[in-house]
Amino acid sequence: MSAVAVEARALRKEYGPRVAVDDVDLTVHRGDVYGYLGPNGAGKTTSLRMMLGLIHPTAGIVRLFGNDPVDDPIVALRGVAGFVEDPTFYPYLSGRTNLELLSGLDGGVDRARIDEVLEIVELASRAGDRVRGYSHGMRQRLGIAAALVRRPQLLLLDEPTTGLDPGGMRDMRELVRALAGEGITVLLSSHLMVEVEALCNRLAVIQRGQIRFEGGLEELLGRADGRYRLDTTDQGRALELCRAAAGLRDVSQENGEIRFAAERSAAAALTVDLGRAGVGIHALVPEGATLEELFFELTEETAE
Amino acid sequence: MTLRAYRWELRKLLSQKRTFLGLGAVVVIPLLFVTALVLNPPQGERTQFFFRYVTETGWAVPLILLVFSSIWFFPLVTALVAGDIVAAEDQNRTLKTILTRSTTRTSVFAAKVLAAFTYALVALLLFGLTSTVAGGLASGFDELPTFTTVISPGRAAVLVAASFAVYAMPVLAIAAIGVLLSTISKNSAGAVVGTLMVSLTMQLTRIIPGLDGDGVQRLMLTRQLNAWQSLFREPIDWSPIVHGAWVSVVYAAVALVIAWLHFVRRDVVA
Repeated sequence: MSAVAVEARALRKEYGPRVAVDDVDLTVHRGDVYGYLGPNGAGKTTSLRMMLGLIHPTAGIVRLFGNDPVDDPIVALRGVAGFVEDPTFYPYLSGRTNLELLSGLDGGVDRARIDEVLEIVELASRAGDRVRGYSHGMRQRLGIAAALVRRPQLLLLDEPTTGLDPGGMRDMRELVRALAGEGITVLLSSHLMVEVEALCNRLAVIQRGQIRFEGGLEELLGRADGRYRLDTTDQGRALELCRAAAGLRDVSQENGEIRFAAERSAAAALTVDLGRAGVGIHALVPEGATLEELFFELTEETAE
Repeated sequence: MTLRAYRWELRKLLSQKRTFLGLGAVVVIPLLFVTALVLNPPQGERTQFFFRYVTETGWAVPLILLVFSSIWFFPLVTALVAGDIVAAEDQNRTLKTILTRSTTRTSVFAAKVLAAFTYALVALLLFGLTSTVAGGLASGFDELPTFTTVISPGRAAVLVAASFAVYAMPVLAIAAIGVLLSTISKNSAGAVVGTLMVSLTMQLTRIIPGLDGDGVQRLMLTRQLNAWQSLFREPIDWSPIVHGAWVSVVYAAVALVIAWLHFVRRDVVA
């Protein structure tokens, strides 16, 4: 089986004149917990639907462990599970019967496995109730159970914490973390930066159907390295020196503090200049941007 | 794979009230008819052939009920499930749930068609059994007058069973139209009403000038709902039955091919 769990190349979906997904390339390696981050309407769900074979790409390819989910869904979706938008079930059947039905479609009802996954998602005590009476959080957990019942190697989860209360969100994240810890590759679509930052090792940022960044979380956070915050005894003079100094970029003053970007050597040279000019340094602090700041930087720099 | 999906379609049908609404109606209607027959035996001239004999032999009861139910009752019973069977997945947004399991769209579609057909046949069987038993209890299982002769109770039993089998062919074609409308409209109520409207419109063409000729009427599915009556001639006239069979097959095949193509090609966005 391919070492690449999900591969999309030039993946595109058009609805009439509207381009929902615009030549998306992404690669999810086996073992990744991969965040697919973007604002609402960015194209995350449409991408996931194409990955699951629910909609046909206008152009491009998508492969799950090397197999095409549109042309050969049975082979491609073997070992793959998940849900898009929210998990949906037959409301007039119980949670357990819904799982039996889905397990049956997979090739045979494995009642022991159904009991096991109901325990994992803490729904065993309500498994006999009709889904019609389930809360949103219970349906989300049943969605995870429906995915786990087929012992997946790849989980595709579309905003699994949407609509959950804080406790439910925490439980869902812990569950995803635990599943990833068992070696399951996870592709997690989300518009919540804190969620992606907490769970994922790699991510793609999508905006208006286009990928703005793909790579490791550390790589993205590292993009912000080289920014500094400066507080001195004479901010006016210090600002002049910063603007005159070689190697300093984006010099600005916000709320009394001077901010700039520079290589480490240029920042060190600045301290010498400040000392020679008789300007005392209260603080020269390297700044790391949060994922949220980087996300907005990536998604708003091209916004009209 | 299709059989697995078919088994689960049946289980879903058995969990829905709509299924029992239709099956209940096919049991209740004959019972009401026979009860009315016993309490208020029909008087005077009766224009429908088999209606003339409902108080003389119970074998006439299922046959006259077949005639009466052709207009709207059985198309409605059939449409209740056929019109719902795909659209309900859209309305519950469960299509994405089942299409991401180890099955193909063709298998899911085939299972739904088989389930809709199974329901229609079970409904027809229940309708036939209830009307025959109730009719027999009310009027006895005596000899049955036909268009050309009088037949023994044994032969009447065979021909009544055969009538329901012949009647099943256009009923299955109506079910196929229901599946088509269900697949395309994605709306259960619209597909159920639409299926009934298709049937009623075909009935209405009998009184529309230009469409009331035999050439057009022979192609109407509703005409085939009465093809079984040629069984009650001696010798049996098979031509309306053979004609009814191929007309039903053509309607069903065209409806199912269009529905299947739509189902396997569509984007599941809900």
